[in-house]
Amino acid sequence: MSFATGLRCRKCGQEYSLQPIRVCDFCLSPVEVIYDYKAMAGELSHQKVSAGPSTMWRYRDLLPVKGEGEIDIGTGFTPLVKADNLGRELGLGQLYIKNDCLNPTYSFKDRAVSVAVTKAHEFGFDTVACASTGNLAASVAAHAAKANMKAYVFVPANVEPGKLVGVAIYRPNLVTVDGSYDDVNRLCAGVSQSYNWGFININLRPYYAEGSKTLGFEVAEQLGWRSPDCVVAPAASGLLFTRIWKGLQELSTLKLIGPVNTHMYLTQASGSSPIVHAFDVGSLHIHPVTPKTIVTSIAIGNPADGYYALMVARQSGGGASSATDEEAIEGMKLLAQTEGIFAEAAGGVVIAGLKKLAASGAIKRDQLTVAFITGAGPRTQEIVADVVQSYRVQPTLESFNEVLGLKV
Amino acid sequence: MAKRQVMFTFPRKLIKEPVIYQLSRKFEVVTNIRRADVSEDRGWVVLELEGDDKEIDAGINWVKETGVRVDPVVGDIVEG
Repeated sequence: MSFATGLRCRKCGQEYSLQPIRVCDFCLSPVEVIYDYKAMAGELSHQKVSAGPSTMWRYRDLLPVKGEGEIDIGTGFTPLVKADNLGRELGLGQLYIKNDCLNPTYSFKDRAVSVAVTKAHEFGFDTVACASTGNLAASVAAHAAKANMKAYVFVPANVEPGKLVGVAIYRPNLVTVDGSYDDVNRLCAGVSQSYNWGFININLRPYYAEGSKTLGFEVAEQLGWRSPDCVVAPAASGLLFTRIWKGLQELSTLKLIGPVNTHMYLTQASGSSPIVHAFDVGSLHIHPVTPKTIVTSIAIGNPADGYYALMVARQSGGGASSATDEEAIEGMKLLAQTEGIFAEAAGGVVIAGLKKLAASGAIKRDQLTVAFITGAGPRTQEIVADVVQSYRVQPTLESFNEVLGLKV
Repeated sequence: MAKRQVMFTFPRKLIKEPVIYQLSRKFEVVTNIRRADVSEDRGWVVLELEGDDKEIDAGINWVKETGVRVDPVVGDIVEG
């Protein structure tokens, strides 16, 4: 059953029924789902959660969906691996990687989209839409296929066609827009007001957000029902970062884990780091920027939840760290070559940020630290194409021995 | 009549300029401020614009030309 009771404005507190809305009518701030935690606490236990499916839907009671008609393509309960090799490199004794590359469309977006498309279905929409250059588009298209719904995916025309194969395979209506990212933003804002569609990160955003909480739930459960000492996660719109925190807080409210003393560290690419900048200068205002980075999956210049992500970093005693494109690529290689995990560039930003935080002593050797890797590398593998350096040999043992300098 | 919810971000050099007043004088656009934070070196205003689509578009283009950044209030919609 659902324990969601409504929506509440994060700024002014105005409450709304559960409906597809984008922002508070009064102050135009984001709204979020509220729950009856008292009733929820009476239903939930470690045993009940553990008896659930090995997917994110084992936390169904903590999500804002009715019944059991979820649109699920097998998302979640991804591995939490102890990263001893990488930990040795960075001087961290209790480092874990939450490997969310292993979702059905290879990124954490499946968590958020699974909830959003389920709500779209509940609300009676027959069409879902999003604007994306990669991970979100693939996830929305895949879930729409599973739900037998129509999907519209808006893409700036300058996105390389190769990037869209992993989206087009699910056969959404792919709309390429002649214009800049800002033009696509403006068009989609208009489309969402003109068509009765479930627009994933606009009128379904409050529900979309909730799916990301399952990352926090899973990590706590996989650690034996406790919260980590430190979290390092990427921030684009800031939503994921705030929802990992909310997930941990909810488990604590429900007494499924103890008090949360987790230090939350967010990481951004230097070329698109408005939240890190605000943290560094002590500002409460996220000044929008025009992204300039190869880390496209987290290149958001005007982050919708940037303020809230900033507040989580500040209030948890955490911090913020940025990484250049070069550092991100080095981070990707380091993760792959120590732990066997091929992350997208956003994962490289996380590893580069983690490296800096460990080197500066912000994160200490004995602190249980979880780094969140939220998307897989192969979708944008061309950015590390220089790793391909092979031995060229003739098909003879002699040539092989000669080239590699080996003796039989 | 259409409505558009936007955020204006002012650079320091424009903090003292009455951009929103001029917007409503130059174009047939009703401006309705919902939230704002303005300090001596920067400022932002979240507001709703009401009018004909074409007037709103023309007004927004003029605001951008003055040097004020204009974003949808929902933040960037294009995600990775």
